[in-house]
Amino acid sequence: MRSNFTVLIALAGFLFFTPLAYAQGENHEEIQHEQAHHEDAHHAEVHDEASGEKDIKGVIKETIEHHLADSYEFHITEGVGFPLPVILVDGGLKVFLSSEFHHGGVAAVDGAHYKVNHGKIYKTDAAGTITYDDHHHPTNDKPLDLSITKNVFMILVMAVFMFFLFRGVAKTYQTSLAPKKAGRFLEPIIIYVRDEIAIPNIGEKHYKKYMSYLLTVFFFIWFLNLVGMTPLGVNVTGNIAITFSLALMTFIITQVSGKKDYWMHIFWMPGVPVLIRPVLAIIELIGLFVKPFSLMIRLYANMLAGHVVIMSILGLIFIFSSWVAAVPFSFLTLFLSVLELLVAALQAYIFTMLTSLYFGAAVEEHEHH
Amino acid sequence: MEIPEIVGAGLIVIGAGLGIGRIGGSAMDAIARQPEAAAKIQTAMIIAAALIEGIGFAALFAK
Amino acid sequence: MDKLINDFSVGLFFWQSLVFILLIVLLRKFAWKPILDAVNEREESIEGALKAAEKAREEMKSLQANNEAVLKEAREERERILKEARDMKNKMIAEAKDAAAAEADKTIASAKAAIEAEKTAAIAELKNQAASLSIDVAEKILGQELSAENKQTAMIGKIIEDVKFN
Repeated sequence: MRSNFTVLIALAGFLFFTPLAYAQGENHEEIQHEQAHHEDAHHAEVHDEASGEKDIKGVIKETIEHHLADSYEFHITEGVGFPLPVILVDGGLKVFLSSEFHHGGVAAVDGAHYKVNHGKIYKTDAAGTITYDDHHHPTNDKPLDLSITKNVFMILVMAVFMFFLFRGVAKTYQTSLAPKKAGRFLEPIIIYVRDEIAIPNIGEKHYKKYMSYLLTVFFFIWFLNLVGMTPLGVNVTGNIAITFSLALMTFIITQVSGKKDYWMHIFWMPGVPVLIRPVLAIIELIGLFVKPFSLMIRLYANMLAGHVVIMSILGLIFIFSSWVAAVPFSFLTLFLSVLELLVAALQAYIFTMLTSLYFGAAVEEHEHH
Repeated sequence: MEIPEIVGAGLIVIGAGLGIGRIGGSAMDAIARQPEAAAKIQTAMIIAAALIEGIGFAALFAK
Repeated sequence: MDKLINDFSVGLFFWQSLVFILLIVLLRKFAWKPILDAVNEREESIEGALKAAEKAREEMKSLQANNEAVLKEAREERERILKEARDMKNKMIAEAKDAAAAEADKTIASAKAAIEAEKTAAIAELKNQAASLSIDVAEKILGQELSAENKQTAMIGKIIEDVKFN
């Protein structure tokens, strides 16, 4: 009991102080970043209005955007971090470390030159020229970018972590029927996913073959959401490509396991007048794609919004730059961080829940109408 | 006078918020009335809220 | 929507899909299957133990009921045998009584019949003797008194009357 309490206090302290320290680190780094790219036309907009207050607002906005965006190096805090491999498919596979970009911002590999502009790699010349169209979009060629970015790196780390964690849990069952170690904490959650999410929505008969996907997706989203709350500054689940991939998998599994009844309810709804059936079919067909789309957007927007809100409130501390503001805003940040811990679990739950609901609709066998 | 898109998005988000609020409130009422059905009501509530949420997001991102 | 498409990173999507599918396959084999199997097995064993306990209790109950039934049956059997014995005794006594009574009746009846026969025979004998005696007497008397005719007639009439009424 006492040790639990100590852990709780330590956790609270960790949550309370780390975002502060982290934001400060990001901030410094960003300011330097700003100065380095001062000639950049886009950034100049922020700096044109040279008043100090506007400047710090711009810096905070940049910091948040930087935090939410993917990156080619794993940057923890000022001076602490490591480059990650860049993998480009551009007339053959080109692999180099992102530290190559440090030489004047342009990486020269096998005679080709690449430059990072707004988080994306463009093909450029030796001087690193980027040309823009009317809408301020670069017109340079973009090679297919399969780099191990910060987010990809986190995914890999998470995959390895999850594999060893759950294999470890599985191994403890070889010696005893009761859960041991981490299993004591994880087993109730696994059983919860099975008994409260999978079985009621999919049904006793079919749920077994979906358990692997549901459990993996639940823990993957939950753990990555939690990692997003740490000062590592990664935002994996708040990334549209990640949520798109997850939603696409749900979509594919749903359609593949769709039985006759499922397709009949989409294209030729039984129990309604024949004239209405084609109209319903169109609506159902749209719904077919809206479901995974909302699944994708929900997770993405929730995690993104959580990060933006927390960082914005942290930014307020720097705007007011006074201890009078720092204390309440710090507590507000703490409160929101705890709320985000809840959201982290809630979004994983909702994603898994809706996924199993869609699976359930796909395998459901109706009584004859 | 032209109305900016963001106003429409805002209206939809207000509507979605009201809708989700109503769902939540009604679910609370239902749970208070029948605590033994809490699990079922919760599931139905989350599904309904998720559907409305989808519309809200669509409005936000369709712009 | 523009922002979403602009934010979409093909590389991230590629790696996420690849790693995630691999993770599902690996975890399925090394984690979820063993964990869920173990949990299932445990649940089944708990359920089995509970069921066995319930069954044992049930059996105990039925055994007790059985014992009681056997006891009851035995008591009934005893009761029945006793009753039968009593009945038998009564019946035997009654039969013996009946037989004795019948024998006595028969004896009495035959005795009566014998007496009757004796009596009839005796009477007949008596009658015969009386008749022959009468004849003798009559012969003697007749021999003496039949000389007087009126006396003879009176006598005969008197005898006839006697005989008639006899």
